Amino acid sequence: MKFLLSDDQIQLQDAVARFAADTCAAGARRSAFEGETGFDAAFWDGLMALGAGAVSLPLEHGGLGLELLDLALIVEAIGYEAGPGPFLGHVLAGHALSRWGSPTQQAEWIPKLASGATIATVALVEAGSETSHYRWITDLDPASLNGQKAQSPNAELAELLIVGLRDGGLALVAKGAEVGVETCDDIDRTRRLSNVTFKNAAAELLPGGRVDDLLDAARVLVAADAFGGARRCLDMSTAYAKEREQFGRAIGSFQAVKHQLANLAVSVEPARGLYWYAAHAYDRGLEDRAKMASLAKAHLADVFMQAARVMIEVHGGLGYTWEHDAHIWFRRAMFDFAWLGTPQVHRARSAQLSGW
Amino acid sequence: MELEYGPEYELFRSEVRQFLVENWTKPVADGAIVEAASFRRQATAKGYLYRGVPQRYGGSEQPADPLKARVIREEFTRARAPREIEGPGVSMLVPTLLAVGEDWQKDRFVAKTLAGEYAWCQGYSEPHAGSDLAALRTRGEIVDGTWRISGQKVWTTLAHRAQFMFALVRTEPDAPKHLGISYLLIDMNQPGVTVRPLRQMSGGREFNEVFLDDARTPADWIVGARGAGWQVSRTTLRHERDLVGGAGATEDAFRKLVELARDARCDGRPALESEDVRQALARIEGYVLAQRFTSYRQMSLELAGQDAGLSGLLNKLNGTEIGHSMANLAQELIGSYGLLTPAPKGERGPEKWIGQIMGSLGVAIAGGASNIQRNIIAERGLGLPREGGAQS
Ligand SMILES: Cc1cc2nc3c(=O)[nH]c(=O)nc-3n(C[C@H](O)[C@H](O)[C@H](O)COP(=O)(O)OP(=O)(O)OC[C@H]3O[C@@H](n4cnc5c(N)ncnc54)[C@H](O)[C@@H]3O)c2cc1C
Repeated sequence: MKFLLSDDQIQLQDAVARFAADTCAAGARRSAFEGETGFDAAFWDGLMALGAGAVSLPLEHGGLGLELLDLALIVEAIGYEAGPGPFLGHVLAGHALSRWGSPTQQAEWIPKLASGATIATVALVEAGSETSHYRWITDLDPASLNGQKAQSPNAELAELLIVGLRDGGLALVAKGAEVGVETCDDIDRTRRLSNVTFKNAAAELLPGGRVDDLLDAARVLVAADAFGGARRCLDMSTAYAKEREQFGRAIGSFQAVKHQLANLAVSVEPARGLYWYAAHAYDRGLEDRAKMASLAKAHLADVFMQAARVMIEVHGGLGYTWEHDAHIWFRRAMFDFAWLGTPQVHRARSAQLSGW
Repeated sequence: MELEYGPEYELFRSEVRQFLVENWTKPVADGAIVEAASFRRQATAKGYLYRGVPQRYGGSEQPADPLKARVIREEFTRARAPREIEGPGVSMLVPTLLAVGEDWQKDRFVAKTLAGEYAWCQGYSEPHAGSDLAALRTRGEIVDGTWRISGQKVWTTLAHRAQFMFALVRTEPDAPKHLGISYLLIDMNQPGVTVRPLRQMSGGREFNEVFLDDARTPADWIVGARGAGWQVSRTTLRHERDLVGGAGATEDAFRKLVELARDARCDGRPALESEDVRQALARIEGYVLAQRFTSYRQMSLELAGQDAGLSGLLNKLNGTEIGHSMANLAQELIGSYGLLTPAPKGERGPEKWIGQIMGSLGVAIAGGASNIQRNIIAERGLGLPREGGAQS
């Protein structure tokens, strides 16, 4: 038994964490947040230069050949900094291509995704249904795609889309005129969501692709992001409580504040292993992988949301301003809470998968 | 990341199983009476029990290996075989004696405690000194080469069955609060010791008041130096905190809670079919599994010789909070009849849950109350400023 990260994994995560901290401190987070598209070129290029885009892609096409757990560790590090941009959708699309793409599809796209020269994303759910593709309408017939997808991350920036189909399969679409993208004015301005419409769009099937699995991979990554974000909320609140003085002493010396933060630590820190295990179960194809993806997503989304609320409260009026970055995490917590299904939806799924 | 135990441990597991079949399961199935004491001796000789205790003191002196310990616990539990004697003697006093006791004290007390011949109680809390334990007032002084002790201990679990007490006693009245306390061993069978049972809210009679009225103990029945008792007692408290946080026990309780939801009725249908109940269970399961994986991680860190840091400090409060939420749901599930008229006794049913509903509060108070845990987490774990006076 070794429920720990390998030295390579620790190094990878640390490298991304350091890069993200520096780049965000230099303004990447804020500029993307305030900008038109939620994109910061320095952040994206730097991440790609570190190889973060290639992590789970196959070796023969320039990838690093690693797994969802490795991706999740990077996503946690990005979540800690509220790093902006299309990383989440991009690596999910890359994961789908690596797992199900035909040799021709892989040879054409994976090198471009690995370098980040082409940005990709996923368009999975449809309004009203986050867990069951049977209720979707988007369909491929035989090489032309019709339908409408909701909440596709950063579809505006993407040239390649991996699309979920009503029969549970996946299609690959290079963005062209038949693909309409309508970007929403969304809550989390570091990860923009779009509605995407396909009208007889040229598309190919990903052979054997399974949207249910891809959704589970996405949920694991959201859980990892939420853990990173929650950890940051705890750290920022703790640091502020040590430095802010009222009534002649640090507010962190008041027991009410101490206990608020201690309770937060108890909810955040033990949840780390939940997303580790969910990723591990996915990578190994373990029997409980779907249940754990849902349970980890539900649990960590709640934890992050609660952490973000405590953080704003501890920061007082300062935390309630637009200028302070606290609400950027609060908004990311809302994204993690709701994207691909709220905790309630996922607890219901987990209960069912438990055989209850 | 590797969650399997690996071939070495699976081999070890089959050895343990074989041992249990030969010495416990089969004899018991054949109607033989296997005495727990002799079974424990055999299991110790094989290296399965008391692994951290030297052989000369009755232990099996095995190199620390948390994975083996886990395999043993799993297999013994599965076979329902007796494990180490429970109680503060084995879990608290023995580790303390091994760490700081004199050789003669180890010779005199450890082996018999492990064998269950000596039962101990923990005499720390007093009416005026609970969380603020160092405020304790029970006085001890040496008169004619013997300790004479007077004062009162309270909530003393199993004092009515114990031959001995390990107690914190103020022996240096002029020293600062924490430096005036000594760790003394006291024979309970003497005229100066009176045990008065104290009934618990659950109706059980497990704890007591203990009145010490000029009780005597030999001058050398002190563990560590005079005035060092506070330090000495810290070894034991840390130990108890680890025990209470046990993730395995929480998982067992959760499985039973799901069974309860299966059996319980809600409008004539199994409660487990109710969407509210499913949500509540799945929410609790998130915490239960988080606790499981944080315990795997802490164990793996220990195996790798690394410190668990903040996460180690969270275990007791984490377990306590999960216990509270299970109690709240159980209370909903057993319904008005189960709650109000939980008899008949002995059947698998509501009265067990009354025990959990109340017992989860005992866990929240004993061994460092939850607010004290929060102080510890905030001050030692997060580095927030210490409160003047309140000790964490
Ligand atoms: C089932 C059970 C078994 C026990 N067995 C034993 C035993 O065998 N031997 C033994 O010595 N003792 C035993 N105890 C006693 C136990 O250790 C004490 O009850 C415990 O330390 C709390 O002390 P107290 O009861 O005086 O509560 P208090 O210290 O009076 O605390 C009351 C409340 O105030 C809060 N509080 C206290 N100080 C602070 C602070 N600084 N900041 C914030 N909140 C605070 C506490 O969290 C608690 O909620 C047992 C208790 C129970 C319930």
